[in-house]
Amino acid sequence: MVEVGISRTTLPVGSLAHHASGWWGMLTVIATEATLFAYLLFSYFYIASHAQDAWPPHGLPKLSLAIPCTILLVAGSVTMWWGERGINRDRPVRLMLGIAASAVLGFVFIALEGVEWAKEPFHLTSDVYSSLFFTITGFHLAHVIVGVVLLTVLFLWTALGYFDAKRHSAVSIGVLYWHFITIVWLAVFFTFYIAPRLG
Amino acid sequence: MTEVETFRAPLVARATDRSRSSQILEQNWKGPGGIAGWLSTVDHKEIGKRYLVTAFLFLLIGGIEAAVMRAQLTQPNEHLLTAEQYSQLFTMHGVTMIFLYALPVLSGFSNYLWPLLLGSRDMAFPRLNAFSYWVFLFAGIFLYVSFPLGAAPDDGWFNYVPYASRAYNPGINIDVYALGMVLLGISTTVGSINFIVTLLRLRAPGMSINRVPILIWGTLTASVGNLLAVPAVSLAFFMLWMDRQFGTHFFDVSAGGQPLLWEHLFWMFGHPWVYAIVLPAMGIVSDGLPTFCRRPLVGYTPVALSTVTAMVLGFGVWVHHMFATGLPAIAMSYFSATSMIIVIPSAVAVFSWIATIWTGRPVFTSAFLFFAGFVILFVIGGVSGFMTAAVPVDLQLTHTYFIVAHLHYTIIGINVFPVVGGIFYWFPKFTGRLMNETLGKWTFWVMFIGFNVGFFPMHILGLVGMPRRIYTYPEGLGWGPLNLIVTLGSYLFAIGVLMFVVNVLVSLKRGKVAGDNPWDGPSLEWSTSSPPPVYNFAVIPTVASRYPLWEARLHQGDDRSSTRQGFLLDKGRETMGTTSLDAEPDVILKMPSDAYSPLLLALALAALFVGALLHSWWLLGAALVVITLASIAWLWPQRSLSQIET
Repeated sequence: MVEVGISRTTLPVGSLAHHASGWWGMLTVIATEATLFAYLLFSYFYIASHAQDAWPPHGLPKLSLAIPCTILLVAGSVTMWWGERGINRDRPVRLMLGIAASAVLGFVFIALEGVEWAKEPFHLTSDVYSSLFFTITGFHLAHVIVGVVLLTVLFLWTALGYFDAKRHSAVSIGVLYWHFITIVWLAVFFTFYIAPRLG
Repeated sequence: MTEVETFRAPLVARATDRSRSSQILEQNWKGPGGIAGWLSTVDHKEIGKRYLVTAFLFLLIGGIEAAVMRAQLTQPNEHLLTAEQYSQLFTMHGVTMIFLYALPVLSGFSNYLWPLLLGSRDMAFPRLNAFSYWVFLFAGIFLYVSFPLGAAPDDGWFNYVPYASRAYNPGINIDVYALGMVLLGISTTVGSINFIVTLLRLRAPGMSINRVPILIWGTLTASVGNLLAVPAVSLAFFMLWMDRQFGTHFFDVSAGGQPLLWEHLFWMFGHPWVYAIVLPAMGIVSDGLPTFCRRPLVGYTPVALSTVTAMVLGFGVWVHHMFATGLPAIAMSYFSATSMIIVIPSAVAVFSWIATIWTGRPVFTSAFLFFAGFVILFVIGGVSGFMTAAVPVDLQLTHTYFIVAHLHYTIIGINVFPVVGGIFYWFPKFTGRLMNETLGKWTFWVMFIGFNVGFFPMHILGLVGMPRRIYTYPEGLGWGPLNLIVTLGSYLFAIGVLMFVVNVLVSLKRGKVAGDNPWDGPSLEWSTSSPPPVYNFAVIPTVASRYPLWEARLHQGDDRSSTRQGFLLDKGRETMGTTSLDAEPDVILKMPSDAYSPLLLALALAALFVGALLHSWWLLGAALVVITLASIAWLWPQRSLSQIET
């Protein structure tokens, strides 16, 4: 080996913000997951557009729980954004507060969604509408559960002092996923609760 | 504890595999060896070889299934097989060839070759790469698990409802298919993610997007296509499984469901998938032909663009599989027109290959013969595809042997021939030894003649009305003689495949020693040893043109690529991350060491699907717990990856 010299440019080393491969990986995960939800909603609209009888068959779905659910998730995205800005300024405690708030909001969402499911007059096998309703909201709910587990792990890692202003790509990647779950909910919410009211 | 560095001005050095610095690299990248190394390796070269070998085994299994079917159809009124056995055979033949051979074999090439073509030391996510292979293997085994019980999937590879609904197919057959496909979809998706991020981040400095080999364009396009298409089929199979096992009504007309939704979701996936299993193979030819024609590819930019265009259009043609379902004429016209427009990007590629051969000085090696033969088969398969893109023609020909002929010309012609040619081309890089050329040329002629004798008459059988998927046929229809020819031709083709396998096995031990660059190839993989060292490159190459090793002869521009001098990056497993378009150095990436977590996670995932199949909820629950814990362990931030500093 012959040493030729030292590069004139200094380069970041390892996982740093958007230099992290994981950041790019999460963007592709979101692309494919977003497509999955697009196919789910396509199935809903395809079947709705071919419905022989009234659609939705059980009358307009009630908004009394769906709107609070929406507010919870949007608020959870805001608290997460606030927390991430905290670690950018080297304040891990603020990050922990943000994560904890988002996780709690997510947890309440899961509980409220459970109440919503229990209160529906139909169940999974009633008809094709109910099959779509439980499957699509169920897919989303599963994502929220994964999201809450992910936030819990991020909370633990922050508490262990793993993150500072410089290195916290795991947080940025997790936040990306958490925002994605909120956006998907907005699409699901629009499809089931708003679209039937527009017709 | 040593400080975790945040910034570094990397050392530039001049080195080869034999330099002392390479011993350090060897130390950094070498795995533990033995069984432990075999189970935990994340080396893309090992994983690529595994993909190739496993996919080839599936090709042989699918081939045996086809051979048995051809024996059944050789003459009228054969009763070697029952109707049910025949149904399982043609279904598993399709599933095996399309899902377990055609894409995985290309993933094998791409996994092995991508980092070498791109001048990198591994893929972007080495552990994910290992995971993707294990899941593929387990999904393949899963799909075959009910075969010995005589309960294999039996409704054809596109598995239309209501045939596949529980009311008409109550056994475990379709549940195995449904869950197996969801499992396989996970492997395909994570594999695609790996390719996409690798392309965006891990190219050698200077390898701007307009300098990457066409194989990279092909696999990238296929990967993006998979990312957007696989969810459709995974969802369709999941819904079918829910319908069958939990009484949902997605495809159940009596409760407002729609059987056609299955066909839409399946073909929204199915057609892009066709491009996913041919575009990388076309890339193999676009990169291989120039080497044997002794000139650059004619029309690099149009070929790259036509690759992408074919895939984009491929998302808008799925209804041409559904012309006979009674859709409105206006919808069919649109899909017919889009299907015909695909001729344009396909023709761009064909004329580019012909022009490359025409204006080059061809060297008639085995690989060249397979690539050139591919061009002819591509044209025949393309013309029959163009014919069936027309609605009235398709209404006449759909579900006949004409379609069987067409799809075999596309899949064998555009996938198997380039793959075999690609093995001849890169075998010396994989193993350090050349394959036998004399046997290779014989193999080509046996395969080429056998294939055409075996499959061309199927066009005529289709035109005279022989439906596909019938297990036998009566005398007096005039189909007997042609079926005999088809069987003889396809057996000749099978002999050709066996000659190829023999060539591979013998050449592994006794082939001529190849050296670094036996074909005088132009791209980066030929600049390193054969087989390459575990770290691929002694220094990260710098690229100044599309054909870095031919620059001295091509006299294009003043800049020169450099394969002997570049970034050393020897502080642990490291490679260079570059910017997405221009490939400027952007970050020094720390790469993971060998790990068992991919295998563990894949096993747990397979257990989850077995639990779902058997309704064994405790197994499913236990698998979920292991998956969660293994994922957290996998993602745990590590100092060695510079993910944390404390």
